[in-house]
Amino acid sequence: MLEIKNISKTFNPGTLNEKCALNNVSLTLEDGDFVTVIGGNGAGKSTLLNAVAGTWYVDEGSISVDGINVTKLSEHKRAKYLGRVFQDPMTGTAATMGIEENLALAKRRGKLRTLARGIHHKERAEYHELLKILDLGLENRLTSKVGLLSGGQRQALTLLMASLKKPKLLLLDEHTAALDPKTAAKVLEITQTLVERDNLTTLMITHNMRDAIHYGNRLIMMMNGNIIFDIKGEEKKNLTVEDLLHKFQLVSGEQFADDKALLSK
Amino acid sequence: MNLDIFVLFNSMPGAVAQGLIWGIMAIGVYITYKILDVADLTVDGSLATGGAVCVVMITNGYDVWIALLAATIAGMLAGFATGILHTFMGIPAILAGILTQISLYSVNLVIMGKSNLPLNTNIYKVLVSLRNIKESILTKNTLFVLAIITVVLIAILYWFFGTELGCSLRATGCNPNMSRAQGINTNFTKVLGLMLSNALVAFSGALLVQYQGFSDVNMGRGAIVIGLAAVVIGEAIFSRIFRNFALQLLATVFGSIIYYAVFQVVTWLRLDTDLFKLFTAIIVALFLAFPYWKGKYFSKPKKGGKAHARN
Repeated sequence: MLEIKNISKTFNPGTLNEKCALNNVSLTLEDGDFVTVIGGNGAGKSTLLNAVAGTWYVDEGSISVDGINVTKLSEHKRAKYLGRVFQDPMTGTAATMGIEENLALAKRRGKLRTLARGIHHKERAEYHELLKILDLGLENRLTSKVGLLSGGQRQALTLLMASLKKPKLLLLDEHTAALDPKTAAKVLEITQTLVERDNLTTLMITHNMRDAIHYGNRLIMMMNGNIIFDIKGEEKKNLTVEDLLHKFQLVSGEQFADDKALLSK
Repeated sequence: MNLDIFVLFNSMPGAVAQGLIWGIMAIGVYITYKILDVADLTVDGSLATGGAVCVVMITNGYDVWIALLAATIAGMLAGFATGILHTFMGIPAILAGILTQISLYSVNLVIMGKSNLPLNTNIYKVLVSLRNIKESILTKNTLFVLAIITVVLIAILYWFFGTELGCSLRATGCNPNMSRAQGINTNFTKVLGLMLSNALVAFSGALLVQYQGFSDVNMGRGAIVIGLAAVVIGEAIFSRIFRNFALQLLATVFGSIIYYAVFQVVTWLRLDTDLFKLFTAIIVALFLAFPYWKGKYFSKPKKGGKAHARN
């Protein structure tokens, strides 16, 4: 479903701030794979996701989604194939627009936007049913401005928007990091429900090692712009946080120095 | 000082007419400033462009409606220029607007051939004129014609911003990252918004030259500030009662009318009208500062909230 071949990305090349964020990374996701990505700060996790999303172009290598080479497609053109949820709950939705209007925008992802009605009456019934899945009472607030919602509600809505058009690939960039633990758990639960419902191929970055182990069928760990660890199937099911820390030391030869990841285990 | 209230009373229809004409321009400013979240300074130039094109067309024998259409298209082109400077060439929106505005000064001089062109409303048929403010035949009454034009424009915009394309424009102004993630070409929507805005501004300029009977290369100077004044006055007074989008546009027009009514009062009081632009700028600055001050100095920390914890 996703095929990343030897991609590299260096920020600020030729300056003091030169940073090689991705170093010859290759990764292939099978149809229906749910891959969790962990790694310390600056490991290249978000860079990998942004490379796929097309926030900027990679320096080298190629990216294909469902057999379509998207390496040179601009961000909005790639959006046709991708569902995205961001770390910041403010990023995924339009605050001054209503819940139904946001969903209607997502419904038209990958479609030429014409002078047809921005939202049809029959769509409202559909959104009402969809929002029930979230179990947040949003189905009765279709016209409420999204800016009035809490961070958790906005992330849940963004998830719904991202999965509305059945993306070839769902990209989740630490989408629970800004939420309190209880809300984060709820949003992850919704994530699981939606991914299973549509059998979505998913790439999920998380800082939480336990979540990384608990969710998905495959786990990759990144460091210094490389994938240093890739585990799937039965082996992943039996993984523990201690295993993960041990592996990290083994591969990298240093302590896993990310308090946030350790503290949240 | 002898102040005759009837003089003021008599001058009010004119103020309303001017307010309506500039209100259309203010709606253009509303589109860029409030919806697209861009301060577009092109308007100072495109207002005069609309006026220049309209006068030249009419005096060359074209029908007033054709002239209005041509002026509107000229405004679109001005917006397109700013849009390309901003998106394709990566120039910050404010600077892009200034560059277009400066270029338009030359363009407007070329169109008119000189800095000021009269439009004799006795010879040429025009849609609105300050002579027809108190006209008894309704369809020739300038106030009536302007009111109808305003209502029709608001209706069209209300429809447009409810379409898929219009929604994508609103989303772009609100959250460009989200818009791109939802497959919206934000560069396209920005250019489109700037074209739409400047089309309205030029249309307003074309009405203005008919109304005042001449076109002047400097007639757009400070238009952006008047537009912003109309937007902020309209918002301050009507935002609590006008929630619907069409009504918000109407509030902007009312803001413009109030602006010109106040201008008439200032004239009537024989205060120095030369200072009016200064007062306008101060009022706009204060209105723009209020939300900032409110958030910074007057926000009460919620009980146990983050702001409280920090203290």
